[in-house]
Amino acid sequence: MTQRTRNFLLLAPAGTWFLLMLIVPLSVVFIFSFGERGSAGGYVPAFTFEQYANLPARWAAFRNTMTLAPIGTLAALLIAYPLAYFLAVKVSDKWKMMLLVLVIVPFWTSILIRSYAWIFLLGGRGIPALLEWIGIESVRLINTPFAVLVGIVYGYLPLMVFPIYVSLDRLDKRLLEASSDLGAKPWRTFLQITLPLSIPGVATGCMLVFILLMGEYLIPMLLGGGKVFFVGNALVDLFLQSRNWAFGSAVAVTLVVVMLITVTIYMRFISRVSGTREDVALI
Amino acid sequence: MRIYATIVYLFLYIPIGVIALFSFNAGRHASQLQGLSVKWYGKALDNPFVMDALQTSLVVALISATCASVFGAMAAVALQGIKGPVRTAFDGLIYIAVMIPGIVIGIATLIGLVTLFDQLNPMIAAIWPDGFKPPKLHMGIGSLVAAHTMFLMALCIIIVRARLSGMDRSLTEASSDLYATPMATFRQVTLPLIFPAILAGFLLSFTFSFDDFIIAFFVAGSETTLPIYVFSSIRRGVTPEINAIGTMVMCVSLVLLITAQILLRRGDKQAR
Repeated sequence: MTQRTRNFLLLAPAGTWFLLMLIVPLSVVFIFSFGERGSAGGYVPAFTFEQYANLPARWAAFRNTMTLAPIGTLAALLIAYPLAYFLAVKVSDKWKMMLLVLVIVPFWTSILIRSYAWIFLLGGRGIPALLEWIGIESVRLINTPFAVLVGIVYGYLPLMVFPIYVSLDRLDKRLLEASSDLGAKPWRTFLQITLPLSIPGVATGCMLVFILLMGEYLIPMLLGGGKVFFVGNALVDLFLQSRNWAFGSAVAVTLVVVMLITVTIYMRFISRVSGTREDVALI
Repeated sequence: MRIYATIVYLFLYIPIGVIALFSFNAGRHASQLQGLSVKWYGKALDNPFVMDALQTSLVVALISATCASVFGAMAAVALQGIKGPVRTAFDGLIYIAVMIPGIVIGIATLIGLVTLFDQLNPMIAAIWPDGFKPPKLHMGIGSLVAAHTMFLMALCIIIVRARLSGMDRSLTEASSDLYATPMATFRQVTLPLIFPAILAGFLLSFTFSFDDFIIAFFVAGSETTLPIYVFSSIRRGVTPEINAIGTMVMCVSLVLLITAQILLRRGDKQAR
């Protein structure tokens, strides 16, 4: 067996699978987005831009996604950065690994059950009951944008901490010593050395969280209670309830395109700021 | 700084802890703790719907994690040795599989397969001998396994490839200098070194498939997986039974994840 045949045989199953289950279905979505809705739902072949012209009907979903996803990403960043800094710079090597694993582990457990936990905590008998007990009455937390934001930060915090930790951990600590030896105040060392050198990690973390948030369905569904809905919720509605496949496909294609554009612009911006780009493994 | 870290850890673990605590609630109401008992665990495990869903989830997770780790490892090994358009194409496919939101993968699989089945079913019926009921292709465990495997294969390729690229090249060079055939080198040097990564890929894939809701929501057809069961129960209201199921699911994930972590770290040390 030549090297060529061997490689071909090794790649064949994965290649076929990607072709049949990724490329073909995505192409179908693309083609369907130019079609029309059948009278009983589903899809009728056509070539029209009608579905795209209809997009403003779901404007609210796009608007919510494009406001809450960046806000959620930013909130996660602000909470994650100090923790990542603490883990990378202040903690002794003995504890580092364990504390880091403790941050990552929740990310790999069911997001459904973790969001459910917050229904429990933010619901009438959770935190609002506690607040009432100390005298703050009739606070409504569940089914508000705030609840969705809490769910987002809770769900994606680990994903933000990890890349920032990696970039801070790689940072040459002698630079920090040099800076303080030369008389710089701690905050100045942070602003001029630590922060700029950790930008690649920050960029990776923000991008990962943002990408996942764009397609989010569960968190707004469970914690927003139908009042705060994302594009994901619109998609579930269009495909599983009203069975409007053509319009749903157009929404899906638009979501992916908006995502790609945002990510591309963002990457350009980041590489201009930091000059480098790095990928980190998530496990 | 230390206080801040403690607060963040509390934020991460209190919700999980609350769920676990309330799963031992003896009372009927989900939000009032009235003594401790394990009766809701018994109730959950006695519920035929839960057991059915659990079985479906386990079957799907087992098959898709196995396919994904085997085919993913095969592809990763082949990709290590090649350059050019094939490599670029695979890099692109992996990138797309990871980048595209899960919900879009679910939708695409749903309408792709339903359209395909609509075309195939009349054809099968036409060629089927008269008098026998022709089989009808439909969404179910098969489509769920196919969709999960696709996504998880990308994950496994990434994991195994990270290990391969971190591997000391001189080991395989030494092996071939000592006249081992490429096959023998693969079996005796490469495979033992990447095996922990393959196993870790399997465990992570299993966890992911077992926990996945959004893809299954679209492609499971009439089948119910455990996350789908939990989701529809949550919409009906919060019950201690869900707390018990949730706690069990978390514990299983935790054990698998910690095993995967240990495997990856140990493997890292060996490869250097």
